Amino acid sequence: MFQLFHEIRIDWLGKRRFFIGLSIMLMLAGMGTALYRHKFHPGGSDAFNLGVDFKGGTVVTVRFKQPPTVEGLRAAIQQAGVRDAVIQPVLDKPGEFLIRIPQQSAAPGAEQTQAGIDVVRSNLGNAVKSFGQGNADIVGTDAVSAVASSQLRTQAIAVTVAALIGMLIFIAFRFEWTYGAAAVIAVFHTVLVTLGLFSIFQIEINLTVIAALLTLVGFDVNDSIVIFDRIRENRKLYRRMSLYDVTNLSINQTLSRTVITSGLVFLSVVALVLLGGETLRPFSLALLMGILFGTYDTIAVAGPIMVWWERKLEAANKLPAATARESGLQPKQVRGSSKSVGNPSRAA
Amino acid sequence: MKKRNLLQRSIIIGIISVVGIYIVIGPHGRRPHGKDFTWSGIKQNLADNIHLGLDLKGGSHLVMRVKVEDYLKRLSEDNATAAANAAKDAGFEVKDAHAETSSGNYRVILQLADASKAKDIQAAVEKKVDLSSNAGWSYSLSGNDMSWSLSGAMQNQLAENATEQALKIIETRINTLGVTEPTLQRHGAQSSHQILLQMPGISDPEHVKQLLKAQSRLELVHVVSPPSPSSAQTYSSREEAIASLNNGGNVPTSRRVLPYTERAELNTDQNNPTAPKPTKYVVIEVPAIIDGSELRNANAVQAAGGADDFQIQFALKKSGADKFGAWTGSNINEYMGVVLNDEVKSIAYIKSQIYDTGEITGRFSKQSAEDLALTLRSGALPAPIEYSEERSVGPSLGADSIRAGVRASVLGLALVVMFMLIYYRGSGINAVIALLLNMILMIAGLIMFGATLTLPGIAGIILTIGMAVDSNVLIFERIREELRSGKTVPSAVEQGFGHAFVTIIDTHVTTIVSSVFLYFFSSGAPMIRGFAVTLVLGLVVNLFSAVYVSRTIFMWLLSRKDRRVESLSI
Repeated sequence: MFQLFHEIRIDWLGKRRFFIGLSIMLMLAGMGTALYRHKFHPGGSDAFNLGVDFKGGTVVTVRFKQPPTVEGLRAAIQQAGVRDAVIQPVLDKPGEFLIRIPQQSAAPGAEQTQAGIDVVRSNLGNAVKSFGQGNADIVGTDAVSAVASSQLRTQAIAVTVAALIGMLIFIAFRFEWTYGAAAVIAVFHTVLVTLGLFSIFQIEINLTVIAALLTLVGFDVNDSIVIFDRIRENRKLYRRMSLYDVTNLSINQTLSRTVITSGLVFLSVVALVLLGGETLRPFSLALLMGILFGTYDTIAVAGPIMVWWERKLEAANKLPAATARESGLQPKQVRGSSKSVGNPSRAA
Repeated sequence: MKKRNLLQRSIIIGIISVVGIYIVIGPHGRRPHGKDFTWSGIKQNLADNIHLGLDLKGGSHLVMRVKVEDYLKRLSEDNATAAANAAKDAGFEVKDAHAETSSGNYRVILQLADASKAKDIQAAVEKKVDLSSNAGWSYSLSGNDMSWSLSGAMQNQLAENATEQALKIIETRINTLGVTEPTLQRHGAQSSHQILLQMPGISDPEHVKQLLKAQSRLELVHVVSPPSPSSAQTYSSREEAIASLNNGGNVPTSRRVLPYTERAELNTDQNNPTAPKPTKYVVIEVPAIIDGSELRNANAVQAAGGADDFQIQFALKKSGADKFGAWTGSNINEYMGVVLNDEVKSIAYIKSQIYDTGEITGRFSKQSAEDLALTLRSGALPAPIEYSEERSVGPSLGADSIRAGVRASVLGLALVVMFMLIYYRGSGINAVIALLLNMILMIAGLIMFGATLTLPGIAGIILTIGMAVDSNVLIFERIREELRSGKTVPSAVEQGFGHAFVTIIDTHVTTIVSSVFLYFFSSGAPMIRGFAVTLVLGLVVNLFSAVYVSRTIFMWLLSRKDRRVESLSI
């Protein structure tokens, strides 16, 4: 039998300080960058590179038979009265350009209702036509008004939160609520780290990225559930073993599954990044990062949080002395927990 | 017993596979013939069966919002005018009438000279104008100000009615235009008053957009002017027009000042035959004689001015013709104006009584005259609409996306298959069969439910490959563990499936839960919906292909060998 991992006995929980520290650092790095951009570069670079879906504006894909230079195209667009256009040649398709135009009002004097996406689109159409009839073709348009983009923004946040709550409830129902909370915190961490990386590398965030984040939420919780299932099973098998050891054992037992599955999903996502085209690139990149961190956080975040929480609960229920004997955790933390229940031994 | 169980399972799997394959590549709605078994026939059927989303086959996706606040504002203003006129008709003095419209607040206000007559005035007004509490208006009096304010519930109801009416009018316009297979429906939350229009095959929707947006509010009005033979009274500026009213710089409620661009006559200037004349202003009487709701028909016809001069001929309904006939009969030589969207298009004096036909002139091109006639026939929009989202994709861009999606899927699948065969050897074949069956049944499911395949949908398919493989990995790893702990092959397979099954159910249900949330919270983003649908379908199918089918293959392997199976290729 050809096998990746065999008889491994890694004390994952023993390294929890390192893992949790690393996770917090990753989160802080991402969120810190976002905050930094937001605070110190107002107007220059945004915390997140929001696409038209969430920021409003217009993206037009133009295909030329005889492509002009970027400068020539920019001049023509400016001539047509469209301001602040960003022109981006499509790398894998020569002659094709993405023209991004931020939300803008119409020419001064024009009626306000005429402003926004309508005017931009038709002005841009004129600019493109100036390169000769039949030479240029607008092959795609995405235009979203300010109102619609703020609706989509609200909806995206609502969907993510709703999905997390739905999972919390389901896991609480199937296991314990501490398990659910641990899994959800782990997932939330992955989402934050992924968003942080999107901020650092200024990758565009659009609707498909939200779909990717929600997929991650699903995958990540899957990983946690596989381990939790094993913990539940092992607790029945080894009644004497502490939760700490059972969790370590379960993580180790399911390690080859975790690595193989994540590896295979990773492979399909790599295929998507390479061949999925420009349109799906932000989506694929979000998945790529999310799967890496999702796999890591199941082991590094979900397990320790769940054990720590369960221990806290147990300590609150039992006498502190008994907890200290059974617990695999550091004495310092046991002391902390006895303090938190107000020293019940003396009260008794 | 076991043998019969195996046979039964094989038959079920066989039937489902054959049906699934037929749904995917078979012809629908006709008997299969020879061509359906050729490669090109299969490709053709596949293309016919799968509904591609607009992002893949090309087309436009337009979201428009009915500006219901404009509708309510207009309603309040019209009511203020009507109320003032009703009070005056009953012989009461009204100093001022106006509507106060701030966000979510619509009030009609009459300022009285004598507040002691408020009761009588209220009765007189409400007899003629529907400002009753039944219609959602609540009356109050403070000082000399009578006011009626529209309740929130009634605002919502009126806004809703306006949106539904706009939807019907847009539907008529779209149908008259002959757009193929359009989808028109409400979009987002009901209170957002949005309408979604999808038009496959139309990648440049500019013309349609303009046409749908046209308000086409037509009114025939009495122009305030000395009668013919003196020419119609016009003013060179709005201020001048207002000054002529002698009302302290205000426009009284019974009058309106509107812009009027006189029709440029041909051949007055050889160099520039259609030079636009400067905009003038005219004073018209409120209310209008009749409005566009009385129209029976409208058509574009060529006018005298030449090949590029078109006008619109319209005919009135019976009720409108009666009103119009009565008015024109008693106003010979008076000036009448045709007002379109608050702009006077033409002015003419009444030569003789007119009943049910008229025309709108104004040097229209053939296209614009036809568009105007079409929108007039469909009726005026109750409120202006604005576009809040436009997504259009040309067929070539769509085809590129399909190619990219298919390539990525094939590469992803190939990598996964390779790994499974190397790592799990014999059992890898098992996983590959389950995987392929999963893909086929998933596409069959999409076809059966009439779901559309979008670009994010293709991404969903690729992810399902990952999920499907996960189930097999879970099972195989568990069987290996059981084998290592010294169990016999049949019992290891049995135990492996048993234990892994619980986990598989848990993982699938969680992902389905999140996808269902995704579905219900993504009403504003059909793209994401496509993704959620494929993912849920893939997961459900996977429970069948990865657990049931895979297990049957193991059962079959074990039953073929001798009673004591010593090894398993896993």
